[in-house]
Order: sequence, then structure tokens, then C-alpha cells
Amino acid sequence: MDLSAINPALLLASLLVAATPIMIAGIGELVVERAGVLNLGVEGMMITGAICGFMATIITGSPALGFLFAALGGAALSLLFALLTQVALANQVASGLALTLFGLGLSSLLGQGYVGLKPPSSPKLDIPLLSDIPFFGTVLFSHDIIVYLGIALVAAVWATLKYTRVGLVLRAVGENHDAAHALGYKVVRIRVLAIMFGGACAGLGGAYISLIRVPQWTEGMTAGAGWIALALVVFASWKPWRVLLGAWLFGGITVLQLNLQAAGVSIPVEILSMSPYIITIVVLVIMSADKSRAPASLGRIFHASS
Amino acid sequence: MLTLEKRPQPSKAFAYLTPVFAIIMTMIFGGLLFMALGKNPFEAILTIFWDPLFGEFASYSRPQLLVKAGPLILIAIGLSLGFKAGIWNIGAEGQYIVGAICGAGAGLAFYPMEAWFIFPIMVIAGALGGWAWAMIPALLKVKFQTNEILVSLMLVYVAEQLLASMSLGLLKNPDGHGFPGSRNLKDYPSAFNGEIIAGTGMHWGVAAAFIAVIFAYVLLNRHMLGFSIRLTGEAPRAAKFSSVNPNRIILFCLGMSGALAGLAGMFEVAGPSGQISIDFNSGYGFTAIIVAFLGRLHPVGIFFAGLLLALTYIGGELAQLTLGLPGAAIQLFQGMLLFFLLAVDLLTNYRIKFSRKEAV
Repeated sequence: MDLSAINPALLLASLLVAATPIMIAGIGELVVERAGVLNLGVEGMMITGAICGFMATIITGSPALGFLFAALGGAALSLLFALLTQVALANQVASGLALTLFGLGLSSLLGQGYVGLKPPSSPKLDIPLLSDIPFFGTVLFSHDIIVYLGIALVAAVWATLKYTRVGLVLRAVGENHDAAHALGYKVVRIRVLAIMFGGACAGLGGAYISLIRVPQWTEGMTAGAGWIALALVVFASWKPWRVLLGAWLFGGITVLQLNLQAAGVSIPVEILSMSPYIITIVVLVIMSADKSRAPASLGRIFHASS
Repeated sequence: MLTLEKRPQPSKAFAYLTPVFAIIMTMIFGGLLFMALGKNPFEAILTIFWDPLFGEFASYSRPQLLVKAGPLILIAIGLSLGFKAGIWNIGAEGQYIVGAICGAGAGLAFYPMEAWFIFPIMVIAGALGGWAWAMIPALLKVKFQTNEILVSLMLVYVAEQLLASMSLGLLKNPDGHGFPGSRNLKDYPSAFNGEIIAGTGMHWGVAAAFIAVIFAYVLLNRHMLGFSIRLTGEAPRAAKFSSVNPNRIILFCLGMSGALAGLAGMFEVAGPSGQISIDFNSGYGFTAIIVAFLGRLHPVGIFFAGLLLALTYIGGELAQLTLGLPGAAIQLFQGMLLFFLLAVDLLTNYRIKFSRKEAV
């Protein structure tokens, strides 16, 4: 066992990387839930985004196009969920599960020819001067652009929900869809758009795993990241900045346990590998005391004439 | 202009018809999918749904139908109780794994002793293992109102790590030349869950599935507890007024589904699978969710749905062998089934009307 092999600067830097996929997927799901829709299909949309992005990057050679297609793929899949829950008025929990099962099958079918390939690496945004600062340079200023995009996305969602009319309408739909409908807002349309935004975010998050974090394609590679993103929203009490905080916490645990595995600590590997999931449960228990912040219409079916 | 009008009562006729619609639509869209993969769609559909029962190798694949349907039905019956009450246990896969570990562990603890009581002890251990694993989300929900969906699902990943740990450590076969995996229970007569009637695929797990179907039917239709479960799901407010204790329902539904999933895992490890290994679980816990919905959460419906999904498993394997259809296509096919089912379910609860004026 050699804990001195763990470099704190690199640890913190990889924390930011590990946190990014769940942060992006989580902030997307937060918007969906603030609009009153519970989409449990995040895992399915993430893995679909992961393979769409991977395929597009291999074919075009451009990671930027890869991320674009990942977002499109995730949004397209979420449209199925929107169709089921907003048009066919199906149960949201069941539809979300269906989306996950469907997405897992679809991704492994699409990804058959792509196992073992290596995508072109994404350029790091080495900010000159800043990235040369000892310690902070490594931790904060030597990442790929998506890491910063994730943080910017959280800020944008926060500002939109808090300060804009769009955010106000979205929250109104989530808190009381009947009242929002009575005021003349198109509840279904707003929710479909929110669902698609969530899908695009989940797709981006998934592609981040397959293109940058791993980077490779293997079946079922998101390994529950979508579910952790869902837990993140509960953890965050539906507040954007707390999604960021939660993502860093989970990212930190993931990175730490991987580093401990590499350092050969005497804790069995399996225990270390299950720790992120167990800690998610513990955090859920702690946070579930405060249920007051959940959007009031979350998970309820809206039908205009009822 | 199409508008939807909520039916005062869900339509009985459509409740029976919608699963059939969903299957037909899945076959059509599945056929298109297979065509896109460059296969003859009719041949593929026939290979999946017809050949396992009546084709060339039917004598081999027909017993497999019960072997695969047994665990699916057993798990889905348990899940349906919770789903009816709005309690979403989606971690059956984890309870299935833990049940298998406990069942196999209890059996192997006696190795190499031969005695009649070993198998019953394994059955109890398997059920208790699954039950205990499901009690984690149940107790957390009762005590802290923690979301049972996320907790039960997280526990699947924990159970998978536990399975890896067991097959590499505690339960590893000491005579296995260092390979991962436990002793094979097929070579241990007292613990082996063999066929009750040779050549049919009927093992004790399938018998347990049949019993579970009858038990669930009686519970839901003839027992107060079953009525309370249905009431909790359909009219939570009414349930509260008639002093149904929600915590009791949560503990019962999650505990029961955990125990049944644990049983399924235990029968699988002692029978068709034979040993605890890293890749022991094959997704029955997730497919059972489709089975429960396809069976409309009704015990008899689940029975038929379990047989159908088992058929897609076997037919899928057959299509993989004979047509080179990728295994993932079958997974997608099963996912599609749930999609269409949820979509056409609209017809049960709503009436579609053609009206000339704009909907108000």
C-alpha cells in the first residue's frame, strides 16, 4: 500500500472529470422534474448518447460533431418518452423504465461494430498562463471544454429558472399544471420541450463517458451513472447549484475509490467498487428528510379536460 | 381533431385486447428492425415465436420454455403486488442475486454431507436473502421516506459486486484450480434442483412459480390485504380514510417481491445455472418488469406474459444461432414490447373521439 502515490492535484483534477457526466445529466433531469415530469429513463438516454456520440466521432473524426449527435440521440430517445407520457398519458415511472430497457438494448445493438475502437482524443483547453499555475493550474485550468460547459450549464439553468419568464412558466407548470393550463400556458408543449432538453443533456453526459472519460465503447458502460444522476436531483433538493456540489461529491468518491484500488489498499476491490452506490443510498436517506422542495405536480399525469 | 375523453371506468374489453395489440405492433416494428439488419422479417419472427415450440429443434427448446418462464413469473408476481400499490421495486435483479448467493451458500455449507433437509434449508435461505435485500429499501422508505426506486436500483450494483466477491472469495470452489465460481451444485445431489418430471424443464422453481400465481390470485381477490394493496394504488386517499396502514403495505409488498425474487435466484443457481459465478445474473429481474406490465399486473396475465417473454429469450437464442441475429436485437425487441404496451394502454382508460370543434 502506497498512499503517497496519490497526487492530490491530479486527484482533484480527475474529480472534475468524473463529476461532469452526472452533472450534465443531472442538471437536465432537474429541468425535467421542475416541469413536473419524472423521467426515469436517464440511464437509457445516457447510454444511447454514449454510443451515438462514439459512432459519430469515429465516422466523422470530430469529437465536437460526436457531442452534437449524442445530444440529438438523447433528445430523440426522450421524445419517445414524451410521446408516451404526454400524448398517450402513460404512467411516468413505467415509461421511464421502458426507456432505460429500450436504450440499453438499442445502444448495444448500435455499438456492435464499435467495440475496441479508440476515438480521436478531444483537445484539452490548456489555458495559457493559467494552466501553468502550480496546483490550481492542473486542477482548474487544464480540462477539455465539456467540463467548463457542464459548469456553465448549471449556471445557465439556475439563472433561467430564477430570473427569466421561461423559468417562471416552467416552474408554474411543475408546481400546478392545472393552474398553469388555466392561465393559458401550453402545459404539454412546455413539458415536451423540457423532456427533450433533459434527453439532450443525458446524451451529452453519456458521450462524455464514452469519448473522454473512458474513452472506449463497451456495452452497458454507463453502469448506473444515469441512476446516480437521478439521485443527484433528489440530493440537490431540485436546486441547480446543489447538483454541482453533489456531482463533485460523487465524482470525488468515485475517483478516490479508483485511486485506492490502484494504490492497493487492503480493502477488497469489490467493497471499494460498491462504495459510490452505497454512499448514494446514504445521501438519499439523509436528504429525504426534506421533501418540501419537490415540485408539487411531479409525476402526475396532466389531461386538459380532467 | 382528435380528442381524448376519460372513461368513467377502465374498459374491460380493452384491458384484455391491449396486450395483444402491443404484441402485434411489436412484431410489426420488430420485423422492420430485423429487415433493417438485413434479415428476412417473416423468417425472423417465425424463428422467434414458432420454431422454439414446433420447429426442428423443438424437443430441445420446449423444456427451456418452463426453465426460463419460471423465474420470470416468480419475480413478476412479486413485483406486480408492489406496482399495484404504487410501490416501485425495480431492484429485483439484486434480490435475485442475493437470494442465489444465500441459497447456494446454505447448501454448500453442508457439503459433502447428503441429507434430505439440505434443499429445504436452501429454499428458506434463498427467500430470506432476497427478503432481507428488499427490506433495505422498504425500511428506509418507512423510516425516512427515501425513494424506493433509487435505493432498490442502487442495491443491484451493490449485489453485483457482492456476487463478484463471493465467486472469487468465500464461495469459490476449493477444487476449481483457481477458476472463479463456486462448486457446481449439479454434482451435489442433496442440493441440486433437478427436473421433477424428466424432459419437461419442470423444476421446483417452476412449481413455486405456479403456486405463486395461485397465491397471488387468492390474495388479491379474496383477502383483505390484497384489497388494501389495490386500494392503496387506485385511491390512496380512500385507503387512508379506511385506515389502511401504508407502512404495512410497503413492508409487505417489498418484502414479498424480494422473497420471491430471492427464491427465483436460488432455484436458478441450484438448477439450470448450477453455480455462483461472476456472470450468474442474466437480467431476469429487469425483464420481469416487462412481464408484470404485459400481464397487466394480474396473476393469470403474468403467467402467460412470462411464457411469452421466455419464448422471446429462447427464440432469440435460436435466431442468433440460425440467422445470426444479434442478441441485442432481442433485448431491444423486449423493450419495444413494453413501449407499445404502455402506449396502447391509453385505449383502456380513455376514449378517442373525433370532434369537429377545437377542444376546449
